[in-house]
Parts: sequence; structure tokens; C-alpha cells
Amino acid sequence: MTAQEVVSRLHSGMTLGIGGWGSRRKPMALVRALLRSDVTDVTIVSYGGPDVGMLAAAGRVRKLVTAFVTLDSIPLEPHYRAARERGAFALMEIDEAMFMWGLHAAANRLPFLPVRAGIGSDVMRVNPGLRTVTSPYDDGETFVAMPALRLDAALVHVNRADRQGNGQYLGPDPYFDDLFCAAADTAYVSCERIVDTAELTKEAAPQSLLIKRHTVTGVVEAPNGAHFTSCAPDYGRDEAFQKTYATTPWPQFAARFLGGDEQAYRSAVREGS
Amino acid sequence: MTEGTGTPLLPPTRAEYCVIACAEAWRDAGEILASPMGVIPSLGARLARLTFAPDLLLTDGEAMLVRPDGTVEGWLPYRQHLALVTGGRRHVMMGASQIDRFGNQNISCIGDWERPKRQLLGVRGAPVNTLNNPTSYWIPRHSRRVFVEKVDMVCGVGHDHAGGARYHRIPRVVSDLGVFDFATPDRTMRLASLHPGVTLEQVGEATAFALTVPDAVPPTREPTAEELRLIREVLDPQSTRAGEVGT
Repeated sequence: MTAQEVVSRLHSGMTLGIGGWGSRRKPMALVRALLRSDVTDVTIVSYGGPDVGMLAAAGRVRKLVTAFVTLDSIPLEPHYRAARERGAFALMEIDEAMFMWGLHAAANRLPFLPVRAGIGSDVMRVNPGLRTVTSPYDDGETFVAMPALRLDAALVHVNRADRQGNGQYLGPDPYFDDLFCAAADTAYVSCERIVDTAELTKEAAPQSLLIKRHTVTGVVEAPNGAHFTSCAPDYGRDEAFQKTYATTPWPQFAARFLGGDEQAYRSAVREGS
Repeated sequence: MTEGTGTPLLPPTRAEYCVIACAEAWRDAGEILASPMGVIPSLGARLARLTFAPDLLLTDGEAMLVRPDGTVEGWLPYRQHLALVTGGRRHVMMGASQIDRFGNQNISCIGDWERPKRQLLGVRGAPVNTLNNPTSYWIPRHSRRVFVEKVDMVCGVGHDHAGGARYHRIPRVVSDLGVFDFATPDRTMRLASLHPGVTLEQVGEATAFALTVPDAVPPTREPTAEELRLIREVLDPQSTRAGEVGT
């Protein structure tokens, strides 16, 4: 598939999970394609980085579910901050572990999972819909009943994949990309390179086969598809470009880098650096 | 204070006292993960690992568990890190944009959460950390903007909100002025030691709540000559610590 074909299957109002973590292995080519479409009013579920910053700045987000939004080497995401400070979208702010267990619950078709996190904090105050559950055993401890974070679609980016949707990561951290796919009704995997199935385990260990094809709807070959976030070991974060992103007013950035297709993006990045 | 060679050592800087104060958080911690956030806590954790806490586990800041020389000894991607938190075998030292007298911490936003004046990082892992493993704090610039009467958003849970949670513990707060703990009857913050060169008045002026001050406040302990050598020559020869805390 192409990124454009992926986006043609997404609709306004959907709940979209986005893989990666902060400014690391984000499916940015898919996010850019989303920005070129007229899909809007979406709920985004993400350990947030520039994916959230861009979609929020472009006014596409109705609601965000997250534990943080950061560019890592630049701790605070400026476009996200600006959008949040002007009250541009609704926010479900939860803890990192609550987020993970919400994905697990969705992947396991459970309505919730008990989590020892959130109680005593203002996560409970700002999410009045969160419920607690008391252990039915002798300990009697009370936990947060973290509701399943079920997704209409998941977008993730990995290093390699075959055409059937078997996705492979070659960096140090899988993040939660397999969980995003398993928690979603449809999942789209972009990758640096599509290879033959046999190629996947020629040099890499089988544990690197993170994403299984039964959880995947479509595969997109997107070289540099995580740019400007990192995609170890294929490339690191483009710090210079990230800085440009962080310091350029959004309308200017969008006009300069997101006006055309992915090829136009790449040449604009080349000219810009 | 002299080294074996007889070369006189420069006296410890404020940043070096802070490294020592952070390192002490992990003294005799055993085989647990040290999760330092910030330059000085990282130096402290590595110093502790090289001296009085030899069993500590350290990460490279990404997914690897590493020995002090960088040798990889294990794998800890985020999903396993979050599982390790709830197993309790970890002592984290987090930052704080605001902290109050009960040890509630805020890194989410300043002002009304509905429409914040300043959006910060978000709650991150503070809620799960504080209910599951010891959580200390590092504040490189002690001021009334950070040490507030009441935080705008409780991320890390303080003593007045913990409700006797089984694994809740805030061992210490280290700032550029001193070390603080909660060894008071109502579990509010107490001055535990002053870094040499800092006065009680300075701490009082930089703290927006009533701090318990014991009759005799000890100074933060001196680094040993060997600790100073490790900090200056092995762990931080580029003196990045001075960029976090000036003199």
C-alpha cells in the first residue's frame, strides 16, 4: 500500500493509536499523509512526540490520550504546548503504566485491568470517569480499573517488514508497537524496507519479529518514514531538523515542508539543512 | 585534603556536594535499578555504584543495562522497565517543576489543568513510581516557584494523598541548597542537611512553605578524596555537572 491509501481508509472521528515513544520511531510518513488528507476530529492515543505536536497544531485532534508529549532532546514539545494552552482539544492524561495496561486490556479483549497507579494523584481528579476496583482476595487493596484503550486503527513504523505484514524492529527497544496493533481493529505498518519473508531472519534473531501479520491490515514501504524521529539502527534523530521544527511557527513549517507529497518533503528537508 | 601523589585537591564545589547528596540516596540499596533523571543524579548513581552501592543496576538512558564502563549486561526496554517499577526493585530520582511540603510533585502543567498557563511534560510515570518504588527528587534550582505551598497538579503522590499505600516512600529531596526528608510527625518536609556555604536564611527565602528546621542542622557530608577523584577524573571529566548547578 501507499501512505495515501492507508489514509484513505481512515475517517474523521476515529480513534487512532500511534506507535513509537516521544521522538523515537514515530510513523511520521503516515502522520504526514494524514496531515495532507481532510481526516479530522480524531482521538489520538500516543506516548506523544512530534506526531501529537503536528496533528494538534493542524487542528485535527478532538481528544488526546497520553502520559506525556516530548521531543526528548527538546523536553517540551512547543506546538503541543501552544495547542494545549489555547484549549484546542480534550485531554485524557494518564500515567505511562496505566496507558500500557489500557493497551493490554484492549489486546486481551478485557474491559479493564487493575493497576497500582493513579490513586492519590490528580490523574483521578482530571479523569472523573476512571473507576476503581477492590481486590476480592484477603488483601482488599483498591486499584484503578484502567479501561481498555481500544483503537479503530493503529499506525506504527518499523525497520523491516514483509508484504504479509510481519514487522521487524532492529533497534534496542520495541516500544509498544505490537500492542498498538493488537489493540486495534485495523493496523498499518510502515517500514524502512519491504523484504522477502526469508530475508527477515537471515541475519537478525527471531525475537526481532515484533509484529505478526494477523494483527496487520496493510504494509507501506516508507524509507526515512520515521524522519525526523530516530529509527535505530537505520538512522538517528535528525536533531538539526527537529530544532527547525521546534523553532518555526506552525503555519510556516507546514507551508514549507508539508505542502507537497513525501518526495517534496524530502527535497524540502534537503534544502533546509 | 591531598591525593596519594601529594597534589592538593581543589575544595568541593556546590555541584559536587549535590552529587554526593544524590549518591547517598542509593547507599546500600542492593540489587535494584537506579533511575536518575538529570546530570547530577546520574553522576550520583554512578558514583554510588562505584563505591558504596556496588550491586546497583544502571541503564544507558535507553534500553540497555550497563556496567559503569559501558559494558552491556542486560536489556530493559520500556515495557520491561514499567514492569520492573511495579515489582519495586528500583529507586528513581525524578525532577519536579513544583513540590510541596507533603512531597506532592508536579511535572504536568502550571495553572488550571483545564486550560494551563504553561503546559509542561505531562504526568509521565510519576503516579506509578510513587505507589510502587522509592521515589526521590532532584531540584537543581531551589526557589519559591518550585517549593510551593500546593502543587497545581499532583503527579508524584505526596504523604497527604498516599493514604497509607503499601509501597509509598519518598526517601529524600535534594536541591542545590540542601537535603530534605519527611521525618516529621505529620510527614511534612524537614531540612536534613545544608550544603556547605548555604545558610538557613537562604533556604527559608527560597521555600514558599513552612519547613521544619531541627535545632541542629548538619552539613551535607564532605566527599572523600577518592570520591572527588572519581567525579572529576572518571565520571565527569568535562564537568557537565557545573552546567546544572553553578558555584
